[in-house]
Amino acid sequence: MSRIAAIFKSLRAHGRKALIPYVTAGDPKPGITVSLMHAMVEAGADIIELGVPFSDPMADGPVIQRASERALVHHTSLRDVLEMVREFRVDNAQTPVVLMGYLNPIEMMGYEAFGAAAAEAGVDAALTVDIPPEEAGELLLALNRDALDAIFLIAPTTVGARIETICKTASGFVYYVSLKGVTGASHLDIAGVEQKLNEIRRTTDLPIGVGFGIKDAATAAAVSKVADAVVVGSALVSRVEALADRPDAIAPALAELLAEMRQAMDANH
Amino acid sequence: MPTSNRETYFNQPDEQGHFGPYGGVFVAETLMQALEELRLNYEKYLHDKSFLAELDADLAHYVGRPSPVYHAGRWSRELGGAQIYLKREDLNHTGAHKVNNTIGQALLAKRMGKTRIIAETGAGQHGVATATVAARLGLECVVYMGAVDIVRQEANVYRMRLLGAEVRAVESGSKTLKDALNEAMRDWVTNIDNTFYIIGTVAGPHPYPAMVRDFQAIIGREARQQMQQQTGRLPDALVACVGGGSNAIGLFYPFLDDKAVAIYGVEAAGDGLETGNHAAPLCAGRPGVLHGNRTYLMEDDDGQIIETHSISAGLDYPGVGPEHAWLKDCGRAQYVAVTDSEALAAFHALTRVEGIIPALESSHALAYAAKLAPTLERDQIILVNLSGRGDKDIHTVAALEGIEI
Repeated sequence: MSRIAAIFKSLRAHGRKALIPYVTAGDPKPGITVSLMHAMVEAGADIIELGVPFSDPMADGPVIQRASERALVHHTSLRDVLEMVREFRVDNAQTPVVLMGYLNPIEMMGYEAFGAAAAEAGVDAALTVDIPPEEAGELLLALNRDALDAIFLIAPTTVGARIETICKTASGFVYYVSLKGVTGASHLDIAGVEQKLNEIRRTTDLPIGVGFGIKDAATAAAVSKVADAVVVGSALVSRVEALADRPDAIAPALAELLAEMRQAMDANH
Repeated sequence: MPTSNRETYFNQPDEQGHFGPYGGVFVAETLMQALEELRLNYEKYLHDKSFLAELDADLAHYVGRPSPVYHAGRWSRELGGAQIYLKREDLNHTGAHKVNNTIGQALLAKRMGKTRIIAETGAGQHGVATATVAARLGLECVVYMGAVDIVRQEANVYRMRLLGAEVRAVESGSKTLKDALNEAMRDWVTNIDNTFYIIGTVAGPHPYPAMVRDFQAIIGREARQQMQQQTGRLPDALVACVGGGSNAIGLFYPFLDDKAVAIYGVEAAGDGLETGNHAAPLCAGRPGVLHGNRTYLMEDDDGQIIETHSISAGLDYPGVGPEHAWLKDCGRAQYVAVTDSEALAAFHALTRVEGIIPALESSHALAYAAKLAPTLERDQIILVNLSGRGDKDIHTVAALEGIEI
């Protein structure tokens, strides 16, 4: 069983939901990322989503765009990100790591080389934002060969047969984008999310993570009532940005927000 | 000239938008439904008689088509070789080929019931052409433009505002065209219900490369007929500048199966290909994925997109339309590059010898034609796409010569 499947099974057995924080690797500087990953696990993260910086993050809002820009000042490359995961694995063998990013750095490395290097470094899954299932055939072969899960997005505008196609292609979990727009947007409509999740659940048994618009303990708790996992990105990255010139203060700030979310989510049960 | 043995070049792209290994749909799931809706409408109206009649009427009476083909006889004699003919897209309303596409997409937007238009722009020509049609159709219009380009192209920014468009400065990344495209995509994802995104070139996810080509192919259809009427035959060579590549594909496409016609796309070599300061992904880049399609890109070894340089803002783009990538690989078209200074020399030559001030973009095509002409016989014919007029560039040219106007 993959690390991701194992974590969801164990959480389900305890009636809990997964908390999945996102940070961009190399933000605000490469040396800090591994310590942030450990701090987030200690604060209650079940899975880490690690952003691979890209020069043209088309699906991201300004907060995560600026995180990519800060990381790219230090030329944080896909190979550097894999090295960070390898370093994280020295002290943590159980927390799944999902790489989230755009296709071009993977194309440049080559699908097979990427799959092999990612598996070897201890990565569990890849969420490649700009590759829909229709274009993903070759990448999926490479990921499958190395037993990496492929996470795909489902949007509010995704309907009917397309939900089925995505769920059949995805493994690990599916990621429901809870509102129209880019990362960092607001106005979360919990009832609408619940309705869509019910529709998705009719076609798949995969756990469903919900992201976009989760900014504090209250929204995390509300979403965790209807989803299997809560993904929080821009709210954390904003804190990284605010403390970019005081890097020692970043880990405690992320841990504080995550601990609040963890507590609020667990209080549901 | 390398040619392939392919029977026809008119069967691209496939259903998913692939030109050989290029093109396709590489976007986040949040855009898939909007692209599907666009594809279905584009396929429907492409064959709809009343839509095509409305488009043709607008192209005739609003844009001023057909644009003439002009024999640059004096310049040809001076160059001492083949006869150079110019397809005068500079004479269109708004001064460039861009309006052929914005008219088409805006009419499509209207048929689809969209009330808001967005666009990206680099030099501002596509932004002006979009603001123009939005004004005429009474549609709300937002144009994204890199903060750096806004400073470089002040006059076009004012033009767009006069036309009622809101110009939004993009402060992310390199603050140029590619970042404006990213930002327009983000707007589209957020406002999908009422918004139509008019992309200005033959790049982006399917159906844009095919749709923009089909709207621009009027250039080549007219030129093919005009050359037969004026010279009794087809030209020996076609030359057009390539940034994203919409004017080039517009000219080339109707000639693709005329295999005796050589095709040259001219990229911006900037300071010279060997310096790295250029915008020539076909000549000096590698395949990758950006802005929704697979194509040749300017990128570093980590797969990050790198900044480009060209004297011409309209060619200053790190990607290129996927159909050009495919035509390059199968050998049907050849892609070459000319430097800033070669383009400037051609700008001055055409202005002084023929009394036509060409856009700096088009000056790249002219510069290559000036190299090609002396290698051909006097009875051979080169057709150059004069894609835009140069009035917008006089400040750039004057500044380079130390003149303040």
